Amino acid sequence: MKTLLICEYRQGKLLDVSYELLAFAERLGADKAMLLIGDESQAPKFGGKVYLADAGKYGEYNPDAHKQIVLEAARREQADLIVFVHSSYGWDLAPQVAASLRCAQVSEIVGVVESKFEVAACNAKLRRIATPKTPQAALTIQAGAFGYRGEAQGTPQIERIEIPAGPARIEFVGYEAAEKKELDLAKADVIVSAGRGVGKKDNVTAIAALAKALGGELGATRPVVDAGWVEHSHQVGSTGQVVSPKLYVACGVSGAIHHLAGMKNSEFIVAINKDKDAPIGEVADVLVVADVMQLVPALTAKLAK
Amino acid sequence: MKILVCIKQVPDMESRFKVNADGVWYDERDLAFRMNEYDEYAVEQAVRIKEQLGGAADITILSIGPARVVEAIKKGMAMGGDRGVHVKDDSLAQRDPWQLASTIAAFARSKNFDLIFTGMQSQDRGSTQVGAILAELLGYACATTLIGFELNGDVVTARRELEGGVKAIVRFRLPAVVTCQLGLNTPRYPTLPNIMKVRQKELLAFPVADFLTEESLTITEKMYLPEKKGRARVLEGDVSQLADQLLAILKEKTTVLR
Ligand SMILES: Cc1cc2nc3c(=O)[nH]c(=O)nc-3n(C[C@H](O)[C@H](O)[C@H](O)COP(=O)(O)OP(=O)(O)OC[C@H]3O[C@@H](n4cnc5c(N)ncnc54)[C@H](O)[C@@H]3O)c2cc1C
Repeated sequence: MKTLLICEYRQGKLLDVSYELLAFAERLGADKAMLLIGDESQAPKFGGKVYLADAGKYGEYNPDAHKQIVLEAARREQADLIVFVHSSYGWDLAPQVAASLRCAQVSEIVGVVESKFEVAACNAKLRRIATPKTPQAALTIQAGAFGYRGEAQGTPQIERIEIPAGPARIEFVGYEAAEKKELDLAKADVIVSAGRGVGKKDNVTAIAALAKALGGELGATRPVVDAGWVEHSHQVGSTGQVVSPKLYVACGVSGAIHHLAGMKNSEFIVAINKDKDAPIGEVADVLVVADVMQLVPALTAKLAK
Repeated sequence: MKILVCIKQVPDMESRFKVNADGVWYDERDLAFRMNEYDEYAVEQAVRIKEQLGGAADITILSIGPARVVEAIKKGMAMGGDRGVHVKDDSLAQRDPWQLASTIAAFARSKNFDLIFTGMQSQDRGSTQVGAILAELLGYACATTLIGFELNGDVVTARRELEGGVKAIVRFRLPAVVTCQLGLNTPRYPTLPNIMKVRQKELLAFPVADFLTEESLTITEKMYLPEKKGRARVLEGDVSQLADQLLAILKEKTTVLR
């Protein structure tokens, strides 16, 4: 089986997550070739074939051109599996590639079970085995699910790809940098986070009070930030901050993968949730099954004594 | 301006899920269903465009699925959709994203929509594919994961959310398919008068066979509950006792209370 692994590249740099694609292909025991649309100086440390197309010419983000380049690399490699990271780049491009090839796509693979693809469903409360019916398939893998162990090494054999100029329907205007953090949550020893389960904006005060009583900072999940209950600088997760405090208390937080990505390495995790099955239980040390607005004030009051 | 919003109805994620008798999907009995969260942003954005254009837009809300999905379509209409389209399909759970996108494409092809909105993913299946495949099938421009959207004439300037807080600004012309990320806007709650108006709006229904001619390209072989890897100690009971228990654990296992 032959895999074509599509590297991630942004702002002139190869992203490390690209190496997770190698780990995934190794789990499958498949042959590997990579494709980088970037600069040659950023070619992955990999002792196999790397197809290279110049981002200076085709752009870092240009789905029409990138699709043609991926299709060309897949054709040359005769790839059975075209593998992307499940990211803003991968979930954008993979379906367009798969649809052009009329081939199957399996998204956000979290595991390989007896050589089959395991994916999560319903906020990770369920799993399923999803199998392509076509000989060729596009895949996206969940970032972090296939950790790359060991030091990347090797010198790639570069094969260049050029494609004829075509229309670019999506014009890339530029990047907007991440907002400057007014609050560096990574420095806090204790973080008490408010999830949507706190119910309403006014209730956030009680969560902040517990954070204060524990000498820590207030964190939040994305919906709480999107709803304007808490400032964005408090958001924990893949599109917020990544933290690993001594104590993380998740209040009314379900434990979606994007939130876990920001806090699962905390030293000690307490979850307060009325749902005993909430996926946060997968990473928590203690899961207290309770109404957050009853338990949190009780905790704060006891701490004050 | 002709706008199509494709929505899905999904179970409440706080439900307790069970696998169905076939072992390939969840058991739908006892579940409460609601509009897919990402799709609420899609409907809201469509309605805002109509408002921006002083009403010079026509919004169709489409959903594929069994009879229950009419509730979600009606919510979309109460938020401001002009018409509902129910593509009746009792086998929704067996459809793959390719089939769903093909079905929508077959419906949309002759209708010349200028703008098609979808959520970036569904909360249950989470494939993140339907919008982008649909764009490919219709030959429309496609922009995914939007957290900002601005329309000027027939040019859209949008913000895509990337990883690590970085955003990309992109620009494209209509017709286009766009997929909406959480936080794109603040979805409105349907008001009572607007809920009442839904009855006067058109709600069309078609059997899925009218549009679906494609076989699936992927299958779900099996669905199951994840193995409990969790090391969590579960505490249940009276709140005051729970608080004492938890503080005792924190004293023992962490240094933060010392
Ligand atoms: C590309 C992308 C990036 C994302 N980035 C992030 C990110 O950086 N950070 C992030 O947090 N999310 C992120 N998300 C969103 C993420 O997928 C989830 O939607 C989000 O984390 C859910 O937040 P929540 O747990 O607060 O809400 P929900 O999932 O709605 O969970 C609420 C929880 O509260 C519990 N609850 C309800 N009422 C009570 C009560 N009275 N007492 C106790 N418990 C109660 C419920 O049982 C439930 O478990 C991202 C999503 C995408 C697609």
